[in-house]
Amino acid sequence: MSPALFVFFLLAALAVIGALSLILQKHPIHSALSLIVVMVSLAGLYLLLGAEFVAAVQIIVYGGAIMVLFVFVIMLLNASAEEHTDFSKLAKFGGLPLALALTGLLAAAMIHDGGSVSNSGGTDITLASTSGISMMLFSTFVYPFELTSFLILVAIMGALVLAQREKKT
Amino acid sequence: MNSVTTFLTQDGGFWVLTLVKIALLLFIVLTVNAYLTWFERKVVALMQSRVGPHRVGPHGLLQPAADGLKFLFKEDVMPGGVDKFVYLLAPFLALTLALASLAVIPFGPNPLPFRFFGHQIDLFITNPSIGLLVLFSITALGVYGVALAGWASNSKYPLLGGLRSSAQMVSYELSMTMSVVGVLLMANSFSLTDIISQQDSSKYGLLSWNTFTFHGGFPQVVGFLCFFISAIAETNRVPFDLPEAESELVAGFHTEYSSFKFAMFFIAEYTSMITVSSLCAILFFGGWNSPFPATWTFTHYIPSLILIPSGLWVLFDGLKYETIFGKLVLPVVGTVIAGIGALLLAGIWIAPLHDVNEYIQGPFWLLSKILSFLFFYVWARGTLPRFRYDQLMNIGWKLLLPVSIANVIVTAAFVLFRSAS
Repeated sequence: MSPALFVFFLLAALAVIGALSLILQKHPIHSALSLIVVMVSLAGLYLLLGAEFVAAVQIIVYGGAIMVLFVFVIMLLNASAEEHTDFSKLAKFGGLPLALALTGLLAAAMIHDGGSVSNSGGTDITLASTSGISMMLFSTFVYPFELTSFLILVAIMGALVLAQREKKT
Repeated sequence: MNSVTTFLTQDGGFWVLTLVKIALLLFIVLTVNAYLTWFERKVVALMQSRVGPHRVGPHGLLQPAADGLKFLFKEDVMPGGVDKFVYLLAPFLALTLALASLAVIPFGPNPLPFRFFGHQIDLFITNPSIGLLVLFSITALGVYGVALAGWASNSKYPLLGGLRSSAQMVSYELSMTMSVVGVLLMANSFSLTDIISQQDSSKYGLLSWNTFTFHGGFPQVVGFLCFFISAIAETNRVPFDLPEAESELVAGFHTEYSSFKFAMFFIAEYTSMITVSSLCAILFFGGWNSPFPATWTFTHYIPSLILIPSGLWVLFDGLKYETIFGKLVLPVVGTVIAGIGALLLAGIWIAPLHDVNEYIQGPFWLLSKILSFLFFYVWARGTLPRFRYDQLMNIGWKLLLPVSIANVIVTAAFVLFRSAS
């Protein structure tokens, strides 16, 4: 096993363990911490693929900003340990089969052209580099990119309007 | 092959060299941290017409060692009802992240003149192409140390401190990141060594530093001010030390931490001060570039001109020191300092010493810049009162963020104009 493959399995195992722990932990803060572990190990996987910029942004945006807000809100609400409930009917009859189907579909896709998937990230460095990403974002995909940022702006305005309305009444 | 797979296939010599470099850097930085507390207490004492630490060792120079021993031997109290895992994780996280950020900071331009099993010995541990982003991602994670410590302590004051700090650090991270975009636009790279070499001062001296230059962009004075203010807030230092405001919150997020766990928070804070000071020097003040043009070769003897007088001063001060211990130690220290300065000055006539003097120019200028920013930190602590919480949020969101965005727009316009013409 090559060292890169070993590191891949290490990070992948860490991500899976973190995700499981996210669901199984009783306390919201512990769940949030597990989610941070998932985010950081995903960043490690991106780094392994040569996508340094994406890895750094993954940590800054997801591991840093977003998860800090999660932790902040949990601290602010002073949430305490939760009780585990049984599966709801929806999860039992809708969720589980769908989850299995999705896993099967992804596995089938990977087995079908696994070679090209595992190679494309490692070899094509120019596409994953900082300048490559910015070239794609601001030339080829400039309209989808700008539309997405417009969408986020709308969401921010919506949050602002809701917060202001509550203040008035 | 990308940088990670290259890294994983390095041979044993590389690993040994890197581990030795890490150990050496940790030793130096932790010692500097300890003496930074001494420096801070002395400077603040002078500003307030006091003597400062002077009991333990001559001029209180052994005070850091005494403090360190005290931290180790105090009883380690864990309050009841804490979340044990998170309570122990928080100081560990704070310290590791603060120390990890030192790995990407370059301390000098040239590798050492000899090799280790065929490996070049550079004055940095690693030089990733995304150096600055690595630092920002470490800062982004650094919030957890403080926030989780406050939450896990199961006590009101730490919780309030933790909440304050997470709000404060998230707010100021934005303006801190925005304020360096100008520098990135001018350097066209995230790598710290690229940013420094772009400010090469061999022709025009300090006029080619990012703070002053029109070359390839716009002077980053505003960017620097925004960065430094946000960075002080990001490191929770006076006047932005609301997470540990002792008049309101006892000691804030680390109230319930004792013994060495408290020391870990302390070391983390001082280490991030060093990181921020080095970033200020590297991003805005030319890093290891000398403030004088390369043709002024006589400026290469400035290190000796500083070392010899300060060494002589320590020597004569030691001769008339009150205690026997001081009379013995201080003259020796002074002679060593003055001797090093004299040896470097002798480089005028002796070739190998001349080479040594040339080699230390880069590290010397970088370290003096870092030291002056550390002095600024202490100066601010000695003079400025703490902000109120609403003032803090107003400064962050309504002043620093818009100003730094304006700085980005102006710099981008200048860069575009320069590249077009």
